[in-house]
Amino acid sequence: MPNTFQHLQAAHCENGVTTNLLRSVGVTQITEPLAFGIGSGLFFIYIPLMKINGGPAIAFRTMPGLIFKRTAQSLGIEVVRKTFSSPAKAQQFLDDCIKSGQPVGCQVGVYFLSYFPKEYRFHFNAHNLIVYGKEGDNYLVSDPVMETTNVLSTYELERVRFAKGALAPKGQVYFPKAAKPVSDDQIRRAIVTGVKRNVRDMLHIPGPIAGVSGIKYTGNKIKNWRDKLGVEKAGLYLAQLVRMQEEIGTGGGGFRFIYGAFLQQAHAYHKNDSLLEISKSFTQSGDLWRNAAVQAAGIYKGRITSQADFNIMGDYLLEISELEKKAFKELSKVQWQK
Amino acid sequence: MKKDEIPQDPSPLDKFTKEVCYAVDESGNYVTQLSRGWEVKASALGITWEDIDKKVAEAKQKVDKGELSPIAYYIELRVMDLSIVSAYTGFWKWTIKRHLKPSVFKKLSTAALQKYANLFEVTIDQLKNSSVNA
Repeated sequence: MPNTFQHLQAAHCENGVTTNLLRSVGVTQITEPLAFGIGSGLFFIYIPLMKINGGPAIAFRTMPGLIFKRTAQSLGIEVVRKTFSSPAKAQQFLDDCIKSGQPVGCQVGVYFLSYFPKEYRFHFNAHNLIVYGKEGDNYLVSDPVMETTNVLSTYELERVRFAKGALAPKGQVYFPKAAKPVSDDQIRRAIVTGVKRNVRDMLHIPGPIAGVSGIKYTGNKIKNWRDKLGVEKAGLYLAQLVRMQEEIGTGGGGFRFIYGAFLQQAHAYHKNDSLLEISKSFTQSGDLWRNAAVQAAGIYKGRITSQADFNIMGDYLLEISELEKKAFKELSKVQWQK
Repeated sequence: MKKDEIPQDPSPLDKFTKEVCYAVDESGNYVTQLSRGWEVKASALGITWEDIDKKVAEAKQKVDKGELSPIAYYIELRVMDLSIVSAYTGFWKWTIKRHLKPSVFKKLSTAALQKYANLFEVTIDQLKNSSVNA
């Protein structure tokens, strides 16, 4: 089978893998923002007591793996998903898929990912890429966050597929089961499902640490960080917040801009102008997140370190929480086209 | 964010790739554009690595003084923690904690040393003499 796989760069790895895999089976309408929105990707959670690299555990997006799963499901596309205990079997399975012309989504760890810059190589195991071919001992890799495709040797690929620790990928592979075009009507319905689920996750998730209440909770916590942790450690915590929010993969503004783009694209399927208005609220929220990041940078660079500066930082999150709460409430009231 | 406000600052991604950013154009429509990086996040990453380097230096000092075994140094150098080392080597966390004692480390079998050496990507010799090679 000729290799017709097309590499498209995306902001975020799982969005990109989802988009590229779905396109490879004929879902021509899918774009990164649509995949993100249909997969209800926007989220916020701050898990107290859990530490990542010694800093706070904060996420601006939903759990790894969910975007592909939800998006495929909403479009009525069956998914193959497998993990392996034996690296040899994992390789055999991958080789068979590639031989039959099937590009394969793989979950990998980035620590041993040789084409990544050293500064980005932490023990983070929920990165996603597509393997679409093999030449000799080298696998052809489409990593959505990279501008061009890359190559990994058999050894290098095995190492990242069997990275260990939290969220260990265990050689996980996933791809759509069969080629299947999707109608605009299906996309239209999937958008509604995606938005409703995202409204639920951001507004109605129980407990104080997730969704819009999680943002407020974090804002209030930040105000105490200076006293509780000292200026230096509080600065490191804020740097971690900024990295989760802005790092490669987020599209900027903690995924809020991608969500704004999603609502604009949704408008092409549902001619309801309130979607365009609500999209603006998410642009505004992304901008506020970025202003907050500038404030945080002032603190972790040691330029502004008074309690008042921490209060300003915390207040940004309180403001964002209110703004996103309003935006999602409006989204919950949108009249969808049948 | 407006399209013309997308930052193009030097970043650790230079020479590797540019990243996709979403922003609105003059008519308010979302578009994507490549960005070289943003100083705010480059510095977030920068101070994170400064902190790692500091921990590495502290661990090295303790190894030099004979307070900890070289494993402690390599754990910091490879940005790991006990859970990660445990997941890769198959040793229990409390076992690894014992191996951090220089007296226990000295008596480790070659097989055990090899497990650590593989994980830290060094030879057993380098592992044993980390204070010299670091």
